[in-house]
Amino acid sequence: MIINHPLLGPRDAAEFVYLGDESLIERPDPNAPDAADRFYEYGYLRDNPAGEHKELWYHEQGDRSWLVVTRNTITHQITHVELARDVARAKGRDR
Amino acid sequence: MRYSGFKVFLEGLTGNRGWKPAWRDPEPKSDYDVIIIGGGGHGLSTAYYLSKVYGVRNVAVLEKGWLGSGNIGRNTTIIRSNYMLPGNEPFYEFSLKLWEGLEQDFNYNAMISQRSILNLFHSDPQRDAFVRRANAMMLAGADAELADEAQLRRELPFLDFDNARFPIKGGLFQRRGGTVRHDAVAWGYARGADAEGVDIIQNCEVTGFQIENGICKGVQTTKGAINAKKIAVCVAGSSGRVMAMAGMRLPIESHVLQAFVSEGLKPVLPGVITFGAGHFYVSQSDKGGLVFGGDIDAYNSYAQRGNLPVVEDVAEGGMAIMPMIGRARLLRSWGGIMDMSMDGSPFIDKTHIGGLYFNGGWCYGGFKATPASGYCYAHLLAKDEPHPVATEMRLDRFKRGHLIDEKGQGNQPNLH
Ligand SMILES: Cc1cc2nc3c(=O)[nH]c(=O)nc-3n(C[C@H](O)[C@H](O)[C@H](O)COP(=O)(O)OP(=O)(O)OC[C@H]3O[C@@H](n4cnc5c(N)ncnc54)[C@H](O)[C@@H]3O)c2cc1C
Repeated sequence: MIINHPLLGPRDAAEFVYLGDESLIERPDPNAPDAADRFYEYGYLRDNPAGEHKELWYHEQGDRSWLVVTRNTITHQITHVELARDVARAKGRDR
Repeated sequence: MRYSGFKVFLEGLTGNRGWKPAWRDPEPKSDYDVIIIGGGGHGLSTAYYLSKVYGVRNVAVLEKGWLGSGNIGRNTTIIRSNYMLPGNEPFYEFSLKLWEGLEQDFNYNAMISQRSILNLFHSDPQRDAFVRRANAMMLAGADAELADEAQLRRELPFLDFDNARFPIKGGLFQRRGGTVRHDAVAWGYARGADAEGVDIIQNCEVTGFQIENGICKGVQTTKGAINAKKIAVCVAGSSGRVMAMAGMRLPIESHVLQAFVSEGLKPVLPGVITFGAGHFYVSQSDKGGLVFGGDIDAYNSYAQRGNLPVVEDVAEGGMAIMPMIGRARLLRSWGGIMDMSMDGSPFIDKTHIGGLYFNGGWCYGGFKATPASGYCYAHLLAKDEPHPVATEMRLDRFKRGHLIDEKGQGNQPNLH
């Protein structure tokens, strides 16, 4: 697989480390009344879809940026790559 | 029809005209006591023990493709019970004991071969960890044997003992481990279940659940709606997809695992050898091919095929520990979808939906579990309580903090 890095252009997926579902960006609020339940879901439950999947890849052997890659889990085709920082900011996070 | 040497002889004399199909090909009925979704190894063994041991008669297995099209026909056929944790080891030892009597029990030649499995170690701390595991195995009634370097040099002279990065210092044997003809396991259980009256329905994909007021009453399939008192999901790599139809999210990610086989060679490997540090394991099939593999591809996938970096990684691991493998030509490679769980251990449990049961999360190690998984799932379905060796394999264990994490890797499925 080739990941089209937004800053560095096309890179071999072997340069990256895979973390998992993009939802891992959205860490629950530890002060919420239902924090224990929300952390259980955040830590352990996954949508695991067959088809389009947004997921986190880390460019360990490159510029060490985190990317959100949109990839089809049935065909392995990658359709969209963004910097995780930009995705997090668009969700209202400060970084 | 019972298979026997005498029967083979008799059929040979009479033109082999007496053989019959090993199982029927029925149309689904409208109602069953138990529907098992997934005709892989675990679904078929569940049906077999459910009818034969627990006496539940009105049972169907629904398989979306043909029998053996999933992981049961794609794995590298290794059986063993060399686990460590109390939630796992008694279960896997129960499974190995069932393997030992299986061919007589279901009257089918599954080519079960207890040719041993060896885990190599390369340092003192790794040796200590293996000694600890060996002790845990023996406490659960399994066999374990520690071998030093000199013994391994005698038994397996072709290994690269003086490897610069991972010199071989010894290994942990389980002599009762080995390999099995994987397809024959599916066929043997299918034939055995069919003989007990189980309807095995192929090319019948489950496309939805009929859930009313929190109770599952049946399934929709490509062959129409079918009702049942209990619905037992057993779809391995498709677990996420199927349970999503019941509105459930699971502590599971699907990943692809690749495997490889070389051209046929004269016998060179006495048993199974695993080189964990180098992500490589190998055995030799009875046809002579070297059967080997390594790590999963490490990204979510339902594609049943992997990518080149892992092919390279496995080849490098093989060359590092067993340089003679470089002379063999690769014949085939393939992939299967693993239901990787959050702690690397499986589930055999009820769900919060009445009448709906779940078996999955087998990672890359579910073949060896086939007999015990079916036995324990059948126990749960028949009695609504877990079998004594499967009490820890619960879906809510992450919420309670009772993980069964053999490697201590945490909630990162691609590291288990
Ligand atoms: C390359 C490879 C090597 C492996 N090596 C080993 C090994 O050496 N030792 C070991 O112990 N384990 C090994 N495994 C793991 C082992 O094969 C699996 O854990 C085990 O086979 C899973 O259980 P199963 O046989 O029931 O799965 P499967 O055979 O995959 O059965 C699941 C079935 O469910 C069906 N299904 C899915 N969705 C639906 C639906 N909607 N409706 C109806 N049916 C459906 C599928 O078609 C499939 O036939 C390996 C796996 C792979 C891929």
